[in-house]
Amino acid sequence: MKLALPLALLALAATGAAAEDVGQPLPPKTVDWSFNGPFGTYDRGALQRGFQVYKEVCSVCHSLNLVAFHDLAAPGGPGFSEAQAKAIAAGYKIPAEPNDKGEIFDSNGNRLTRPGVLADHFPPPFANEQAARASNGGALPPDLSLIVKARAGGPDYVYSIITGFGHKPPPGFKVIDGKYYNPYFAGRNISMPPPLGGGSVTFGDGTPATVANEAEAVVTFLAWASEPKLEQRHLVGFEVLAFLALLAGLLFLAYRKVWKDKH
Amino acid sequence: MAETTEPTRRDFLYIATGAAATVGALFAIWPFLDQMNPSSAVLAAASIEVEIGAIQPGQQVVFKWRGHPLFVRRRTPKEIAEACAIPVSELPDPLARNANRADDAPATDANRAVKPEWLVLLGVCTHLGCTPTVSTPQVPQGSYGGWLCHCHGSEYDTAGRIRKGPAPQNLAVPPYAFTGSTKIKVG
Amino acid sequence: MAGKSTYVASTTFTRWLDARLPILRLANDSFVNFPTPRNLNFWYTFGGILAFMLGVQIVTGIVLAMHYVPNADLAFTSVEGRIMREVNYGWLIRYVHANGASMFFLAVYIHMFRGLYYGSYKAPREVLWILGVMIYLLMMATAFFGYVLPWGQMSFWGATVITSLFSALDQIVPHLGTTVTTWLWGDFSVGDATLNRFFSLHYLLPFLIAGVVGLHIWALHVPGNNNPLGIDVKGPQDTVPFHPYYTVKDAFFLALFAIFYMAFVFYAPNFFGNPDNYIQANPLVTPTDIVPEWYLLPYYAMLRSVPQKLIGVLVLVGALLTLFFIPWLDTSKTRSCRFRPLMKQLFWLLVGDCLLLGYVGAESADAAWQLGGMQLPLVWLARLGTLYFFGFFWVLMPLVGRLERPKPVPQSIARAVLGEA
Repeated sequence: MKLALPLALLALAATGAAAEDVGQPLPPKTVDWSFNGPFGTYDRGALQRGFQVYKEVCSVCHSLNLVAFHDLAAPGGPGFSEAQAKAIAAGYKIPAEPNDKGEIFDSNGNRLTRPGVLADHFPPPFANEQAARASNGGALPPDLSLIVKARAGGPDYVYSIITGFGHKPPPGFKVIDGKYYNPYFAGRNISMPPPLGGGSVTFGDGTPATVANEAEAVVTFLAWASEPKLEQRHLVGFEVLAFLALLAGLLFLAYRKVWKDKH
Repeated sequence: MAETTEPTRRDFLYIATGAAATVGALFAIWPFLDQMNPSSAVLAAASIEVEIGAIQPGQQVVFKWRGHPLFVRRRTPKEIAEACAIPVSELPDPLARNANRADDAPATDANRAVKPEWLVLLGVCTHLGCTPTVSTPQVPQGSYGGWLCHCHGSEYDTAGRIRKGPAPQNLAVPPYAFTGSTKIKVG
Repeated sequence: MAGKSTYVASTTFTRWLDARLPILRLANDSFVNFPTPRNLNFWYTFGGILAFMLGVQIVTGIVLAMHYVPNADLAFTSVEGRIMREVNYGWLIRYVHANGASMFFLAVYIHMFRGLYYGSYKAPREVLWILGVMIYLLMMATAFFGYVLPWGQMSFWGATVITSLFSALDQIVPHLGTTVTTWLWGDFSVGDATLNRFFSLHYLLPFLIAGVVGLHIWALHVPGNNNPLGIDVKGPQDTVPFHPYYTVKDAFFLALFAIFYMAFVFYAPNFFGNPDNYIQANPLVTPTDIVPEWYLLPYYAMLRSVPQKLIGVLVLVGALLTLFFIPWLDTSKTRSCRFRPLMKQLFWLLVGDCLLLGYVGAESADAAWQLGGMQLPLVWLARLGTLYFFGFFWVLMPLVGRLERPKPVPQSIARAVLGEA
């Protein structure tokens, strides 16, 4: 008798699980981001580690077209010094202007390049959409400059996607050839292979390179890439709202004074 | 008693409210003014580093710096000597016009070129802004071996100083420094 | 009330100016010594708030136009690459402008519903109401053009869906619809030609709005403001001068509104937006759900409630045209719903109806509610909502005006205000 209720609930739960609607993706996991809330800021360490993950893993397929090297040294960002940002830029090869002979390719047919400078943006891994699709089985890896704002669920969604691999598809679910099962993705068939494994990078600050840490770092970095002015926005916002509250208070008193004898 | 203090208290409130609103409005105006200032992209491109080692003596290469032509001229010993020979008192513009020197530094050749062999100048005629043409032994321009501005006939010498014509000032020397033996950072 | 001017030019300069261009006189008679009913409540502050919002949108818009590039290849980057990242405070001006549009519509809906509730559209204020509807339509056009400019996925596909509505004209006159849409687009689909002309019109329309707002205020000042009691001003004891009484009241509620507005700008700047608009427009990929901004959702729901394209368009246009006829549809002699017990309830049902239509407009076209074991497709709710919308104005307003027994209105404003005190 005592077991009847728990057993009934268990049965109910079991039927619920078996009836999982695979037509819908799972809701994203919730992560407590450092930049959540009105007083949120970006964790500098996470931004730098995330940049490393982007550079060493994601940038093979994904461009970051709207971010410039000098942004890496800007306030509210990863906090590299100007010299460090300059060095990072110089490590990239940017397609060069035509040389004095008007050439843009060398004798082997490779595009002539020059080292990056602060004013340059991150160069894309592929010259154009067709090249990107050809290298990725017909799928187009999206630019990541705004990815956190371009997806419902924001950073939680992006985090869930990149950590959402490794689930077993439910029985009867068809995983399309060349794609991967990811329950957080609409349709649950995603073209991107699992991007992160444990130890994909080695963090200079000693943070263990677990998938969760790598993911948290890169999503923080991508959140900054999507919204580089967040910290300034929160700070100015506080000042503006505080001022408006003060002004509203003064106006309220003035309003009462003016109307005192009219009510 | 109450009659005299009441209006003062009421007026103070109105004055305080008006002042707060005005201060707020002024702070609010600032972003609208600041947005017209150069953006972070413009500021990032405000400084360039150029490789000048391939320039031959007597040759000039023109780069683009902050939207203007930048003349980098590798002077021959003859050109340097010509520039040093003139006393500053004979020059129409006696000031160096060099961003790397004090405002009142005289226009000696040493104050015009950090390293005598290399002349780095803003290629904007100080008359009305045209781009002067460089004088070469094969094709001399003007009588002073430097530059001739074809718009209104200003003539500059081998240190880029105005010698004849309507231009009031010597060609400006932008802020620059050598970051290597053949590399300069301008701006 | 437009009565005699009370302005007295007190200095030599002001007398000189007054004899040549009586602008200070006009300002004084309109906004300083203008007799205004003494019983205006919080809902009457939205006119001032709207004027403020128009100013904000124009100023931020002009500044944004200094950096925006109206070219299909460059527009998205000019907004997301340049304005949001590189221009000093560009992010702030953009978020103020984008959220400003939402605040503008929130204020205009409150303002319109206030007018409906207190009978501010009734004689002698019919032209005032009509000018207001014209402003509303101009606002909708401006907002529609403006949303296309960032050239995101929603910009492009929203433009495609709405401009394609005109192709329904094909069913009235063969080829007319496609001719019109091609003419609107300047191309065979929404593209660069469309974007450039939308930019031009988006810059132009707000100044037309400003002009009609001038007429709107003029039309208001002839009879003077209505008031929550809906009864006429009987004399000076019923009024107070606009300044300082309503300048300070408007300023206070404007400050509260600004707090609400700025909370979104600084702490939830993308709340009213759609993530798909952070993806650059792609004519070859349609987003899963094409949704307009929230303030157009009720009309979107009405449009989709009818399966036949042309009828759907006529329903949408009909809903908007209905607004023009309101002063003549309401037959009641009593203005304010405070004294109209039945109309008051129908009014609140209308408010709920608009909210319901807005909700349905946001959902996908085939969405349904699960009720027990049954499915209720939301399109049926939209049909019900559309029916009520038209029924309220074309059936209920004329009928209830005649059949309802209104409560007795007070003798005068002063009596009502001071008597209660």
